Amino acid sequence: MSRTHVLIVAETRGGQLKKGAFETATAGRRLADAWGGKVVAVVTGQGVAGAADALGKHGVDQVLVVDGPAFARHQAEATAAAVLAAVAKVSPRLVLFSATLAGKETAPAVAAKLGAGYVADATAVALEGADLVATKPRLAGKAIAKVALKAEVAVVSVRPNVVTPAAAPRAATSEALAVTVPAVRIRCKEVVAPTAKEIELTEADVIVSGGRGLQGPEHWKLLLDAADALGAAHGASRAVVDAGWRPHKEQVGQTGKTVSPKLYVAVAISGAIQHLAGMSSSKVIVAINKDGDAPIFGVADFGIVGDAFAVLPLLAEEARAYLKK
Amino acid sequence: MDVVVCVKRVPDTEAKVRVAADGRSIDAAGIQWIMAPYDEIAVEKALQLRDAAGGGTVTVVSVGPAETSKELRTALAMGADKAVLVTAPTGAGDASATAKVLADAVRGLPADLVLFGKQATDDDDAAVGPMVAALLDRPCVAFVTSIEVAGKVATVKREIDGEVEVLEVDLPAVLTAQKGLAEPRLPGLKGIMAAKKKPLEEKPLAATPSPTETRSLSLPPGRAACRRLEPTREGVRTLLKALREERGVL
Ligand SMILES: Cc1cc2nc3c(=O)[nH]c(=O)nc-3n(C[C@H](O)[C@H](O)[C@H](O)COP(=O)(O)OP(=O)(O)OC[C@H]3O[C@@H](n4cnc5c(N)ncnc54)[C@H](O)[C@@H]3O)c2cc1C
Ligand SMILES: Nc1ncnc2c1ncn2[C@@H]1O[C@H](COP(=O)(O)O)[C@@H](O)[C@H]1O
Repeated sequence: MSRTHVLIVAETRGGQLKKGAFETATAGRRLADAWGGKVVAVVTGQGVAGAADALGKHGVDQVLVVDGPAFARHQAEATAAAVLAAVAKVSPRLVLFSATLAGKETAPAVAAKLGAGYVADATAVALEGADLVATKPRLAGKAIAKVALKAEVAVVSVRPNVVTPAAAPRAATSEALAVTVPAVRIRCKEVVAPTAKEIELTEADVIVSGGRGLQGPEHWKLLLDAADALGAAHGASRAVVDAGWRPHKEQVGQTGKTVSPKLYVAVAISGAIQHLAGMSSSKVIVAINKDGDAPIFGVADFGIVGDAFAVLPLLAEEARAYLKK
Repeated sequence: MDVVVCVKRVPDTEAKVRVAADGRSIDAAGIQWIMAPYDEIAVEKALQLRDAAGGGTVTVVSVGPAETSKELRTALAMGADKAVLVTAPTGAGDASATAKVLADAVRGLPADLVLFGKQATDDDDAAVGPMVAALLDRPCVAFVTSIEVAGKVATVKREIDGEVEVLEVDLPAVLTAQKGLAEPRLPGLKGIMAAKKKPLEEKPLAATPSPTETRSLSLPPGRAACRRLEPTREGVRTLLKALREERGVL
């Protein structure tokens, strides 16, 4: 019997499912339907027993719950053990991770242990004839590869935000999965929480980023206010990070984060190739720049040629008024 | 303290990409090759750790074409002690095959730590480090921005979900380097001269099957022309309306 099931690895944080769980459920449902198989989710965390209902709404048939203090925080060796236990139980054709940091750390280890094929940070997974084929940007998005997964089991991590979760309701069954946690070789000693509740850049739907044209950290409140009005996370160019105006975790680009939001607004950013590398797969791009010849307009869907110091307050004001409607 | 660093030869990040005639790989004509930027960071950190420990070795390992000796000599000129090149004209294959070959190469080397770049800037997989760790059964922490070693334990930091974690890892371990871990030094003339005499061992690749196959490589589709709007209240209103009603992104 050839394999027909899809196993998704549903991450949780503070007992809540992360968005990627619904994205991978949706991607997995399409393939399982084509194969005539089930979508099974393995959920790891602490206090996550209620996950089945939410996952069932997005096409998951069966939920395997791995609950306990060892899973309260992401720990790759523990997560990998849980996923391998689920694989042994389900015999899936495909294991889907969300390509978050935790996913990127765990998925390759699982693939190596299974001797499975692995495609990282895929933007699509589909059937081409009988073959399972993943689409994957390479060279910072300067080229797009199609990669066939030939081994009996495939592991793919799916770039956050590229799949839109779709409703496919069913009553998912839920059961506890027993996992032998491996001897702990990595111990978390301390967690330095961010000062404010921030939206993680790579998972944000809308991002507003600022560049060197904003002239200094004292002007960032204009950018933050516009971001707030749009319900957006905020990012920065490397020039800004190198100048010490903003922390590195906000950097978008080749040596920062790769983001794929629905909407990316680049404010006073010239659009150097290394910046584009991190954001050019965004669905819609808006550029605000006083130089009409700036390369950022080459990738933008909408452009406003003008002074950011005048446009940002307008944007904040108008967005607050418009989005309330 | 003995550290192994895996380094890959990749196209310069500024390189203009064209697809080769086979339709599956990049056209190498006119491309400048460099040591992958995160691997350079890992080499620098390895040198710092060895020197802070007051002794030990840094060995750099690569799988790649014979020309990779250039990038390995650069690492030797930075201060690494020894290099191993598994020669493979077109690489070992996919991440899984590469990891198998590297794991075999690393197994015989002294290594309290094996360092990788967080990702090679050509394949962008961020996979080979965690795979080698799994094959060698060593603990792995990816994307670290700080490493301190005391005895048989490394204390590392990394950012995850907007928080910074401080983790203790039992050695021997595998870590992958995120930006911020170290600033790579430029090799000096003395280093470059010394590198010429340092050992660079070459060995042939033992064929390893890849469980994936790249079917095609193409350039990303161009975007539609940019719609220009005025820097006025009216322009901003038009923008917001288009974003919500036409594009459905707000
Ligand atoms: C190996 C390598 C890796 C790199 N990685 C990254 C990376 O990850 N991310 C990244 O961003 N960069 C990266 N860079 C740097 C990149 O090449 C650029 O230097 C950087 O992106 C420029 O940042 P910027 O657009 O903010 O600044 P600039 O290029 O200086 O652009 C400022 C822009 O602001 C506009 N402007 C000025 N005043 C105003 C105003 N009042 N209103 C509106 N617009 C205004 C100007 O017209 C200009 O277009 C990397 C470079 C290298 C070599
Ligand atoms: N052919 C190779 N030779 C040596 N090291 C490699 C090779 N490919 C990948 N690596 C290492 O693995 C890291 C991650 O690569 P990747 O999984 O391809 O993104 C790189 O930064 C290198 O440290």
